[in-house]
Amino acid sequence: MSEEQIKESIINQIVLIAPDIDPDEILPDKNIQRSLEIDSFDFLKMLTALDVELGVAVPEADYGQVDTLNHMIAYFAKRIVS
Amino acid sequence: MKKQWIEKRLEDLKVCPHLIDYEKTYKEFQWKEVASQFEGLPSGGLNIAHEAIDRHANGPLAQKTALVWLGEDGQRREFTFEQMKKESARFANVLHSLGLSKGDRVFTLSTRLPELYIAVMGIFKNRSVLCPLFSQFGPEPILQRMVRGDAKALLTTKSLFEKKVRPLLDRLPQLEAVLLIDAQEDESDKVRSLACLMEKSSDVFEIPPTGPEDMSILHFTSGTTGMPKGVVHVHKAIYMHWMSGKYVLDFHPDDIFWCTADPGWVTGTSYGIIAPWLHGITNVVDEAEFDAQRWYRILQNEKVSIWYTAPTAIRRLMRLDFDPLKEYDLSKLRLIQSVGEPLNPEAVVWGMEKLKLPIHDNWWQTETGGIMIANLISQPIFPGSMGRPLPGIEAAVVHKNDDGSVNEITELCKEGELALKPGWPSMFRTYLHDEERYAKCFVGGWYLTGDLAYKDKEGYFWFVGRADDIIKTSGHMVGPFEVESVLMEHPSVAEAGVIGKSDPVAGQVVKAFVSLKEGYEPSEELRRELIGFGRKKLGVAIAPKEIEFEINLPKTRSGKIMRRLLKAREMGLPEGDISTLEA
Repeated sequence: MSEEQIKESIINQIVLIAPDIDPDEILPDKNIQRSLEIDSFDFLKMLTALDVELGVAVPEADYGQVDTLNHMIAYFAKRIVS
Repeated sequence: MKKQWIEKRLEDLKVCPHLIDYEKTYKEFQWKEVASQFEGLPSGGLNIAHEAIDRHANGPLAQKTALVWLGEDGQRREFTFEQMKKESARFANVLHSLGLSKGDRVFTLSTRLPELYIAVMGIFKNRSVLCPLFSQFGPEPILQRMVRGDAKALLTTKSLFEKKVRPLLDRLPQLEAVLLIDAQEDESDKVRSLACLMEKSSDVFEIPPTGPEDMSILHFTSGTTGMPKGVVHVHKAIYMHWMSGKYVLDFHPDDIFWCTADPGWVTGTSYGIIAPWLHGITNVVDEAEFDAQRWYRILQNEKVSIWYTAPTAIRRLMRLDFDPLKEYDLSKLRLIQSVGEPLNPEAVVWGMEKLKLPIHDNWWQTETGGIMIANLISQPIFPGSMGRPLPGIEAAVVHKNDDGSVNEITELCKEGELALKPGWPSMFRTYLHDEERYAKCFVGGWYLTGDLAYKDKEGYFWFVGRADDIIKTSGHMVGPFEVESVLMEHPSVAEAGVIGKSDPVAGQVVKAFVSLKEGYEPSEELRRELIGFGRKKLGVAIAPKEIEFEINLPKTRSGKIMRRLLKAREMGLPEGDISTLEA
């Protein structure tokens, strides 16, 4: 799966959780939760959905590594490949 | 039911606690002992900012760190008591120069930035009234609160202003000044750069005489039937903050304290700002949102000794599959307290196993201004119980009679409404502009809390639930009426009923049942549109997370939506008394 496809999956999930967000608002290096007002509950739900879609579970301890869109793409890309 | 005790041994505690004999302290305690802990204003009276900051800055603690601020991106700043005195004086001078004076309401809408903490003390110095808003509120809750609270000034950031406040300006005619924390220059006579104003202001400010009963803080809290209520607190509330700082948080001079609550909520002001500084303690503030590894790093690196947090965060930490004590040095940590919603027994036990410290639950609410009932560092814990009343606090369980009167329930372990004997110093003084609603809270010599509880034979109180429909989500109160009102503004919505749906991490999440107007059909697209609509108007802290379409919502014969029934159905519980259900 390419990084572009991963990005698309993530953006889809963000917009599913927070339908008021315009995908253009999602800046690659901004903290997703803070900049898009996605709270812990929604973030958890989003990662659970991404686990189903991409087959990669993000354990609670790694949440700091998926804080921005770019970090999240990198995190999934590494694990999908391996 | 057999209860499991967690016993304490004094010799296991790192510091000898202030309270060792609960019964003796409770019996002998007098509020006048607390009065002697304060210096009083040189100009006369009692002011929070003088007792929390200035008196320390004028004495041996001047160079002690008052605030450790941790930025989201790894920055770290420290402020001494002397710096806090000077900076808050500047802010008080800013307010004064803008014509704001005693009793004027200054709202804050900001993430946890140092300027917010400085401003809070500056507001008290100017004898204005602090009105905190949670930064995750949307425009609608912000407007409701600012209008009801007669907002004269607002402290906020550029992005929060643009997104949430600018569209409201023409509906806030009383608002005289907007201070933008991160703006480099003034936008207009009304929208100002805080930095520019601070630079021009003196760092000396003599606090004018302040009465102990002068209004200090206006916190908004959710109602079941109406819009949020403005809970009025006064400067004298510091008696309670000081006393609970001593007996519940067990503050000693070398402690480093971290309260994880946001100052948009009462825990974040009473304990995230005021209580530690009354005791001259170093207070840690983290700008970022919850992140398990980050939180353990903060506990370790900042050598936090007393930690006040919330069940939602503890449940998140419980999801980590490693041993925190193997990964982090938490050897300084000696006391954990938790508030916001009842702490489940498993979490207390988890603390014992993983952190080698019990987690102490305690209970209070916006109206009480400070901790009322608590588990204490030296006292045994029954996991699941909120503990016992603090010295100076009389609590009981009462039964409401049909004629509206109440009787104290003396029978042990029998459920009723939790009630407090009025008169403690941090008790709210009124609901702003709603004296009638305030008066209704007091019956037969008791303040009725709206929480259901029972008391066991050891004198410990146990939370049972709310007596009303208020939702507790991630420790925050959400009023269903406020959510329903906004959903009804959507052109498709005929009626809405909002409940708290049980959730293992958040406690409850906001769920809305919606019936549609003629011409609209339920669809996934409409469901998402309504979720987005709620987020945009109400903000993420209040907006419904789930929407379910119903053809008809259950109503009483008088047409009131029966939230209780919606909730029972959601949870698969018996529907109870449905005699008033509309046929």
